[in-house]
Amino acid sequence: MSDLIGYLVTGLGIGAGFALVASGLVAIYRVTRVVNFAQGAFAVLAAMLTASLLGAGVPHGLAELGGVTLGALTGLLVGAVAVGRPGTSPGTSLIVTLGLGVLAYAVEIVIWGDQPRSYPGVPGVAELAGARLQAHYLLIIAVTVPVFALMAWFFTRTDPGRALSACASNRYAAQVVGIDVRRMGLLAFTLGGALGGLAGVLTTPVQQVTFDSDVALIVNGFAAAVLGGLTRPVVALAGGLLLGVAQTLAAGYGGGAYQVEVALVLMLTVMIVQAARTGPVAETAR
Amino acid sequence: MTAVVETRDLTVRYAGATALDGVDLTVHDHEMVALIGANGAGKSTLVKALSGLLRPDSGTITVDGRLAQVPEGREMFGDLTVDDNLRLGGWRNGRGGRDTTAIYDLLPDLAGIRTRRAGALSGGQQQMVAIGRALMARPDVLVVDELSLGLAPLIVTTLVGHLRALNTGRGLAVLLIEQNARLALDLCDRAYVLEAGRIALHGRAADLARDPRVAAAYLGGHIEVTR
Repeated sequence: MSDLIGYLVTGLGIGAGFALVASGLVAIYRVTRVVNFAQGAFAVLAAMLTASLLGAGVPHGLAELGGVTLGALTGLLVGAVAVGRPGTSPGTSLIVTLGLGVLAYAVEIVIWGDQPRSYPGVPGVAELAGARLQAHYLLIIAVTVPVFALMAWFFTRTDPGRALSACASNRYAAQVVGIDVRRMGLLAFTLGGALGGLAGVLTTPVQQVTFDSDVALIVNGFAAAVLGGLTRPVVALAGGLLLGVAQTLAAGYGGGAYQVEVALVLMLTVMIVQAARTGPVAETAR
Repeated sequence: MTAVVETRDLTVRYAGATALDGVDLTVHDHEMVALIGANGAGKSTLVKALSGLLRPDSGTITVDGRLAQVPEGREMFGDLTVDDNLRLGGWRNGRGGRDTTAIYDLLPDLAGIRTRRAGALSGGQQQMVAIGRALMARPDVLVVDELSLGLAPLIVTTLVGHLRALNTGRGLAVLLIEQNARLALDLCDRAYVLEAGRIALHGRAADLARDPRVAAAYLGGHIEVTR
C-alpha cells in the first residue's frame, strides 16, 4: 500500500514535468499549427544554464529564473526562425523546429559538454501515509498546479490571452479584427519556451539532464499533448499526470526499462483512435 | 458629402488570374451602398483588399476614418464567449477601447447571451455578434459581407433594422455586399454591380432595381424582403 502511494506521488511529480512540456507544445500548436520539435531543447538549455548558475554561486530561485528566461528567449528565437516569415506553411515550420532542435545539441555540447548534469533540489525524503519519496517531487507538483491555474486565467481573462485563444479558434477572424497573428505566434513560442524551460528546471534534480534528454521529454510531452488533439491544455495536464503515474507503476511493478515504451504505446493508441474517429490529428483541432 | 472609402483603378491578381480589374468605388459618409454580383465576381477579394488583408497589385484605396468588417460566414471565435468575441472586436483600440457595455445597449439581444460560447449560437445570433464585434472597432464605415446568407427572412429583417438604425441614428456608412440583390437594392442608396472583376453598372439603387439587365441577371427568383 505504501509502495503504491509512493509510486503515485512520484508518478504525479514526473507527470507534472511531462504536462509542462505538453502544455508548451499545445500553446504553440493551437496558435501556429506547428508541432514544435524543439520543445525538449528549451528544457535542456534551461536546465543546463541553471546548473551553471548554481555552480557559479547564484542562489536558488534566481538561477532557476535565469533558466526559465533562457527557455523563453530560445522559444522566441525558434519562433522567429520557424514562423517569422509570413506565408511559411506549418509543415515547413515543423521541419525547421526539428533542425533547430538538432542544432541545439551542438550548442549544448560546445558550451556544457556531453556529460550529464544535475543540481540539488529540495533536499531530503518526505513521508506521505507511510510512503517515502524524494521531497523534490512534491515541489514539482506544487509549482505545476498553480502554473496551470495561471495559464487558464491568462487565456480566458487577459486580452493577450484572449487574442491567443482567438488565433487558435479562428485565424481569419483574428486578422479581421486586427490581431497580428504572426506576433501572436511569436508570443506563443515564447510562452512555450518558458513552459519547456520550467519543465527542465523543475525535473533536473530528480532526473539528471544531458544534451539529448530532449528526446524523452518530447516523446512524453507529445504523448500527453496528443490526448487533447494538441489543442487543449487541461487535457494535456491530465495526460501528462496519467502518463507519469503509468510509467512509475510500470517501472515499480514491472521493470524500469519500459518507461518510454509506455508513452509510445499510449501515444500510438490515442492517435490511431483519434484518426479512426475524426481523421488526422491536425484536423481535429478546429 | 465626403468620401469615407474610395478605390481608384483597384486591381488584384491571383497567380495570373485577374480578380479585380480597375475598380472605382466610393462610399460617402452617412451613405448605404450595395455591391452586388455573382459568385466569383470578385466581391470577397474587394472586401479583403478594403480590410487590408490583401495587397492590391495596382490602384489605390483611401479610407478616411476607420473601416470594420462583418465577414462572410460570420467567422466567430467559436470557442470564446460572446463577450470575448465583442471585446476582441475592439482590439485595435487598445485596452481603453474594449468595454462592451455600449454594444449591449445598441444590440440588446446580445445581452442575454453574453456568456454563451459563440460557436453554439444560431446563425442569426452569430450574425448579430459579428455586427457587434465590428462595431466595437468604432468604425466610420462598416463593410458587411453577405448579411442575409443562410438566415431566415424574419432574422434578416431584424438585422436590416439594426443596420438602418445605425446608419440613420449614428451616421455610420455601410457597404453591403449581398447575394440577395433585391434586399440590397431596397436597403441602400446607391449600388454597384460587379461582373468578372469589373464594375459593370453603378448608380442609384432604385434606378438599378428597374434596370432590365439587373432584373434579368440578379433579381430573378429572390424572395422579397419586407421593409
